[in-house]
Amino acid sequence: MSSNQDFATPTARARGLGSAKAGTEHHIRQRVSAIALIFLVPWFLFSVINAVQAGYDGAQDWVAQPWNAILLILTAGAAFYHMRLGMQVVIEDYIYTPGMKSALLILNSFASIALFVTVAVSVLKIWFTAGV
Amino acid sequence: MSSGDWTDPRPMSPHLQVWKPHLTMAASITQRITGVALYFGTFLITAWVFALAMPAKADGAPAECYTVIESIISSVFGQILLVLWAAAVLFHLANGIRHLLWDGPHLGFEPKTASAWSAFNYIFAIVGAAAIWFAAAYI
Repeated sequence: MSSNQDFATPTARARGLGSAKAGTEHHIRQRVSAIALIFLVPWFLFSVINAVQAGYDGAQDWVAQPWNAILLILTAGAAFYHMRLGMQVVIEDYIYTPGMKSALLILNSFASIALFVTVAVSVLKIWFTAGV
Repeated sequence: MSSGDWTDPRPMSPHLQVWKPHLTMAASITQRITGVALYFGTFLITAWVFALAMPAKADGAPAECYTVIESIISSVFGQILLVLWAAAVLFHLANGIRHLLWDGPHLGFEPKTASAWSAFNYIFAIVGAAAIWFAAAYI
């Protein structure tokens, strides 16, 4: 850096170098949740097929096992987090109308969180009422 | 804009107008399509878990909404949906692991390796979904 650039403001140096939004953080979060899902999704695939085939009582017994309940909520947390980040990028890429873009981004957050809470509360309800 | 007007030195995102179609591009597009499909698939899985948590009837029979969802799952439409869902999960998983290996240790960037890996991901998804369907139906 030459000495005359020392008088430049940080804005002047950053100008033209690209977005100063939250891209890196988003990128890392997307990948960390992906790494969690590498372990959780194979377990979920195998288990949920057995559970669906076991029928109503069998599926409830499966969810009521503490380890299954914990892994289910972990899977739901990682999956809904991951898909919220993914859908955010899809919306940012294809929706150009500012108002529509904001509305869909908010809807994406609401939907992901609502789905997670629904799964978590349902799993806990089945687990906690199983022995009652 | 003609190519001579482009003076921005930053790398440009590769897009459909500048690349001929190839297998790795297809895999990348499929990764996004399966991602969006799985997003909406979770609505159905959530509905199933929610219905499972609904109180049973007095005689111990499943709640009304569980019976409805179970009849959808066991219908031909539901079975096709499940096989497609399994294929989408397996593709997104395999191709996602590839993305992690691209981003982290920078493995598999050579065009031949990338193409072969793309083909593998499609085969893995289709064969895997077929194997799951077979195992679920007959074992």
